[in-house]
Amino acid sequence: MSEVRTLNLNMGPQHPSTHGVLRVALELDGETVVKAKPVIGYLHTGVEKTMESKLYHKALPLTDRMDYLAPMSNNLGYCLAVEKLMGIEVPEKVKWVRACLAELTRVNSHLVWVGTHGLDLGAMSMFLYAFRDRETILDIYEACGGQRMMTSYFRIGGLAKDIPKDFDKRVRHIIKEVRKGLIDYEKLLTENEIFIKRTKGVAVISAEDAINYSLSGPMLRGSGIKHDLRKANPYSGYENFDFEIPIGKNGDAYDRYKLRLEEIRQSFRICEQILDGMPEGPFRAHVPGVVLPPKEDVLHKIESMIFHFKIITEGFKAPVGSVYQAIESPKGEIGFYITGDGTNTPRRVRVRPPAFVNLASLPKLVEGGLFADVVCAIGSIDIILGEVDR
Amino acid sequence: MEEKIRLFLKRKFGDAVLGEDNFRGDQSFFISAESLFPICEALQDSGELDIKFLADITAVDWQGHESAKDGRFEVVYNLYSLSHCYRFFLRVRLPESNPSVSSLTDLWAGANWMEREVYDMFGITFEGHPDLTRILTPDGFEGHPLRKDFSITYEQPMFNWNKDNPPEVIK
Repeated sequence: MSEVRTLNLNMGPQHPSTHGVLRVALELDGETVVKAKPVIGYLHTGVEKTMESKLYHKALPLTDRMDYLAPMSNNLGYCLAVEKLMGIEVPEKVKWVRACLAELTRVNSHLVWVGTHGLDLGAMSMFLYAFRDRETILDIYEACGGQRMMTSYFRIGGLAKDIPKDFDKRVRHIIKEVRKGLIDYEKLLTENEIFIKRTKGVAVISAEDAINYSLSGPMLRGSGIKHDLRKANPYSGYENFDFEIPIGKNGDAYDRYKLRLEEIRQSFRICEQILDGMPEGPFRAHVPGVVLPPKEDVLHKIESMIFHFKIITEGFKAPVGSVYQAIESPKGEIGFYITGDGTNTPRRVRVRPPAFVNLASLPKLVEGGLFADVVCAIGSIDIILGEVDR
Repeated sequence: MEEKIRLFLKRKFGDAVLGEDNFRGDQSFFISAESLFPICEALQDSGELDIKFLADITAVDWQGHESAKDGRFEVVYNLYSLSHCYRFFLRVRLPESNPSVSSLTDLWAGANWMEREVYDMFGITFEGHPDLTRILTPDGFEGHPLRKDFSITYEQPMFNWNKDNPPEVIK
């Protein structure tokens, strides 16, 4: 009798379906995965260390470079954390605009996800439709902050500049376009026999395990746990909006797919409520010495110019203490743990990356399953290596 | 909720709770390193408190700050109750030489990677961890980048063949 031997196979770091530079060291017995070990760190750039060496304002652009598909969510998390540390209350309008853009970011991230996940599983055209619709969201980023991907539009204490005059019209246009697109996606994937076969009952994780692995976001909700930080610990005005938290039942890849599409619809519900009730007011809090004064004032008022100069060169001194602010990003709970030590740079900036924590559950999802399902499992976690490795 | 946790900790682990802090609404309890595992185990089984979610583990290096007298490193455990929507922190101070604390991987599978990252970045060891290896930096990397005495501009020659004799440009 010949002995049974397993095959060691490296998937990645250069592999199209690992969404970047993830390496999974697999041990295969025929087609079955015996052991899987994700190996990360290929994109490690020391974001946290860099942030700790910068002034609070200047560390902001690093946040959107982590999760480059959801830049606004990351900006929001960081801004809220610093505002909490400094005890700043932002104007009501800022909260609403931030919430609106954070929801559009969720749609943006989910569209890229649904496109690439479809691509992974062979639904090529899905990618094209999703990216077509995502384009409208990038347009509004450009109209607001001037950048299409690394927006840095949210600033500590407010926004970089006021929202464009046609903000309302643009957002309604996005809602219309993507809603139309959603019908296409449903036709292409939801009822698609091949897609269902490849995702139903694949990469299953039970509710108990999901909590044990500290999963968050769609990974946690897909297993039937109704937890969303927007409802649980509302921030940035979410307590004013009415929306549902979609949950899955079986905790498989198909449930997570359905859930993400439903989240897009709920995001639009929130956006519409925001547009209907958008408050008037300044786009930045007035906290001299901490929040940058608006650019027009800097050009015309001597005090504003001095504050601007001082904030840019010296920054502001934060009190000694640690704050943690978590928000519900498209991938899950992104949290910023910031420790001030009385100087103008943070002692510690910790980013609690949702994708990193969710990715740790990959062995649980794939072990015992088929090799071909590893692709589906990686896709359904929705990882972004910039954030995993930081 | 805050009061309930305080009572729970006081009743079961009176001496182990060294102090507490509430900064901007974030409640934290300072506990001793030895009592970390029993406290977390008790919290997980606490029934109505329902603290089942370990959101994050991280550390802070206080080198050069006055609070370093209590121990240079501070390991922060971020715990969350899903049913009460309540978050609080457990903090453990560790000394500069040989910082070590017990691993929580037996209680939460999610602690595995979080502890590996803290080990990688700060050099804090977690006793009982099944695979305490570097996670973000490459194998063979020297030092722990998020320690305050690790220079931000220092670049390590990462290839073993010329490590002892790096080329002129790197020297």
